[in-house]
Amino acid sequence: MAETLTTGPGGPVSDDIRPDPTGRRYWDPRRVFTPQILIILAAVGFVSYLALVPLVYLLWGTFYDGVSLTLRFFSEAYSAHGLGEMIFNSLSFAIGSTVLSVVLGTTLAYLTVRTNVPFKGLIFAASLVPLIIPGILHTIAWIFLASPQVGLFNKPLEPLFGPGTLNVFSVWGMMFVEGLHLSPLVFLLMYAAFRSMDPSLEESALMSGARLPTVLRRVTIPLAKPALAASILIMAVRALEAFEVPALLGIPNGIWVFTSRIWRVLNQYPADYGQAGAYAVSLLALTAIGVFWQSRLSKRGKAFQTVTGKGFRPRPMDLGKLRWPATMLILGYFVIAVVMPVLILVYTSFQPFYSVPSASSLETATLDNYKYTLTNSQSLGAARNSFILGIGAATGVMFVMAIVSWLVVRTKMPGRWMIDNLSFLPLAIPGLVLGVALLFVYLRFPIPIYGTLWILFIAYFTRYMPYGMRYASTSMYQISGELEESAHTSGATWWQTFRRINLPLLMPGLVAGWIYILMVSVRELSSSILLYSPGNEVLAILIWEQWENGQFTELASLGVLMVVALVILVAIAHRLGAKVGVKD
Amino acid sequence: MLEIEELRKTFPASRGEREKRVVAVNDVAFTVEQGQLFTLLGPSGCGKTTTLRCIAGLENPDKGEITVDGRTLFSNQNGIRLRANERGLGMVFQSYAIWPHMNVFKNVAFPLEVLPWKQRLPKKEINSRVERVLSVVQLDHLADREATDLSGGQQQRLALARALVMEPPLLLLDEPLSNLDAKLREEMRFELKRLQREFDITAVYVTHDQVEALAMSNVIAVMESGNIEQIGRPREIYERPVSRFVANFIGTSNFIEGTIKERDSDGVFVVTTKTGDLRASSPVDLPVGEPVVVSVRPEHVDVAKGSTPVDSVGRWSGVVENRAFLGESVDHVVRVGELELRARCNPAMSLPPETEVTLTFPESACSLVPAGD
Repeated sequence: MAETLTTGPGGPVSDDIRPDPTGRRYWDPRRVFTPQILIILAAVGFVSYLALVPLVYLLWGTFYDGVSLTLRFFSEAYSAHGLGEMIFNSLSFAIGSTVLSVVLGTTLAYLTVRTNVPFKGLIFAASLVPLIIPGILHTIAWIFLASPQVGLFNKPLEPLFGPGTLNVFSVWGMMFVEGLHLSPLVFLLMYAAFRSMDPSLEESALMSGARLPTVLRRVTIPLAKPALAASILIMAVRALEAFEVPALLGIPNGIWVFTSRIWRVLNQYPADYGQAGAYAVSLLALTAIGVFWQSRLSKRGKAFQTVTGKGFRPRPMDLGKLRWPATMLILGYFVIAVVMPVLILVYTSFQPFYSVPSASSLETATLDNYKYTLTNSQSLGAARNSFILGIGAATGVMFVMAIVSWLVVRTKMPGRWMIDNLSFLPLAIPGLVLGVALLFVYLRFPIPIYGTLWILFIAYFTRYMPYGMRYASTSMYQISGELEESAHTSGATWWQTFRRINLPLLMPGLVAGWIYILMVSVRELSSSILLYSPGNEVLAILIWEQWENGQFTELASLGVLMVVALVILVAIAHRLGAKVGVKD
Repeated sequence: MLEIEELRKTFPASRGEREKRVVAVNDVAFTVEQGQLFTLLGPSGCGKTTTLRCIAGLENPDKGEITVDGRTLFSNQNGIRLRANERGLGMVFQSYAIWPHMNVFKNVAFPLEVLPWKQRLPKKEINSRVERVLSVVQLDHLADREATDLSGGQQQRLALARALVMEPPLLLLDEPLSNLDAKLREEMRFELKRLQREFDITAVYVTHDQVEALAMSNVIAVMESGNIEQIGRPREIYERPVSRFVANFIGTSNFIEGTIKERDSDGVFVVTTKTGDLRASSPVDLPVGEPVVVSVRPEHVDVAKGSTPVDSVGRWSGVVENRAFLGESVDHVVRVGELELRARCNPAMSLPPETEVTLTFPESACSLVPAGD
């Protein structure tokens, strides 16, 4: 035993790799162009290409008319009729939906974390809504619920206030639907913020004699300010980027915003790329300001000592007399945000044609829509395309981002901060703007992918790169560097270490990111609407087309099936999150 | 076996300031013989771990040469820089770095499974080698356990097994015992020493724990701010510290400032201090009148009840100021003139404050270290 342990393998190991005992030189090309370097270069190159090329083409195509640098497209775009109104609409729509979503989401988060309000489970269920109900379905459901002509909610109000009291086709309606759809996001952000806040800070204010409203005003809200500011900016950017609500609710009444305007100038004949570029650049400037501001705030927020990463389990506060109003708020929110939109879609999907729900309409229920959806080649093709794209984008993004996050988190490579920022850059690009930019690239670029699924793949990959990076780097930070170093000293090469140590340890995070990207890809509309071509529709596009054709009931059945598929995906994600990876 | 020459490693001082660099390892050189356990000892930030990581190949030194068994691992002059995975050394990390997604067996088999194709062993051979090394560290009955189910001490053995499975010429240990509780640490100390001796392993051991270093090492190198202050056998380091820093870091010591009065015999000098004269030894010759510091360990100061009428060389009277019962010993703080000296006595000898005592300093226990350091 003593002998076997002491005859070192150090000699034989190296002799085999390197017969020359003086060793290799620094400049040996085999040492410079190792697989490690090649893989890293490929990943970095890919990320930079995806993040930068569309932006460069967008700016070039907007400020250069083929002859010289010009502002012509801007003056054309901004001299169009009703332009002032369009900008006013865009901003008021964004502000209105932000206010509604932040107020709703923050209240719900506070009630859930800090008080003894009942039915907390319902709020968590509601927080999944934006994940499982695509924006376009949510908007259509609200047309069924609150349109002046056929709105279900207008029926009981008619004897009191006359016909068409609630009008979803108005700026107010748009704000309401968008704000409702964004509120779960605010809930999740604020929930995390309230959870990480030390409750003893509030308790000591109570002990100092302050009453609850004073504590809220003087302690809680100031402490929650960074998170609140971040939520406001994120929601404002989301609302500016939103396409479904302005397109379906705004256009019928001539309420235009940036996104619907971009879609319009590209879908008229002849399409006006210059104007689309001008609108896209303006919108991009607005969202970029928001994203930049938010990232600066979150960097400064880290200096906030009071809000630590630690999770606290505060003793829930007794609401006292406020308990009943709070309970009503939660139940009302759940019914309005979850139950009614889902119910109206399910109801519609069983109808031969759309009519306001009544006793007689329930008798005519039929399965024809589902038969149609599950057998016709169009919906099957769209489902296939969506899943191919979703799985492709999710797999590609997570793999590349695993490598990029390793580079950013683990190495001291100069310029790694730039790659980090590049991979987050698409966060500031609205889907529709990315669509315009990719049109600019691939209508001029000699790669013939326009009109194929590949252009959608590139769009999805670019859009979801930031999410992939966040999932991958969060997991990467949780893995101790020594686990990797011990593999190196055990003789593993870079690739062996990456494949056998990093990838398996990252797996829970990568799988979670993979499923998230799959889900958002399947519902993607705002980039696809500009990039798809007939014959390669995806699910959200098919719903859009069916809406335009008036196939409401068929659309509802497709939507219900889609929601069911997304619910299954969410369930799998939860299950895998608990099972895959590190066993404790 | 291991030879290190002129090893230097600097880090950028802070972001943006590229010119300013912090020297972590400052031209360090040492040699480790076959079968030795060589310890790098020092406070945190002294460069001991950086030195170890340079040997492992996890850090790139600025300059120097590292040779193991005549094979050059790093040499800036010859442009040699083997990667960590090409060096074939074994390493035990402070956190053990056990891979949580593999079981015990898989953790140990990993180094054999990632060998280059040509050297890859047949599966049977891998199994038998893993089993053998697991039995050496007494984990053979836990081979199928999840690595994360192991206790701290078992994880430590597992990390050791993984480092040894390649039968490396040199084993690197980075504070391997620092995450264990006191009792277990002592146990593992003996266990580690036994394995090292039994299998004639050459090891470089990094620790900040002087007791650990004294108990385990063949040779200790005491480091401070990137430099090696002293290299020597544990006893030598403890009894003949060459500097105030070493004397203070390895256990506690009394420091008495004075000047050389006369050369007594070979290597022994009489030193005059403010509180009296005493004899002390020094490895180097010192001229009369040279300012020096005498270092004497508390346990070497002999305490007797009652004062002596006249102080003589190495025999002073003082008054007990304070005492502390430490279980296996009693520490007395004794005032002699302006000096406060610490003396460690047998628990049977416990004297209350204000007691007059006589202190005796045996010349063999007093060592001279350079003053002004």
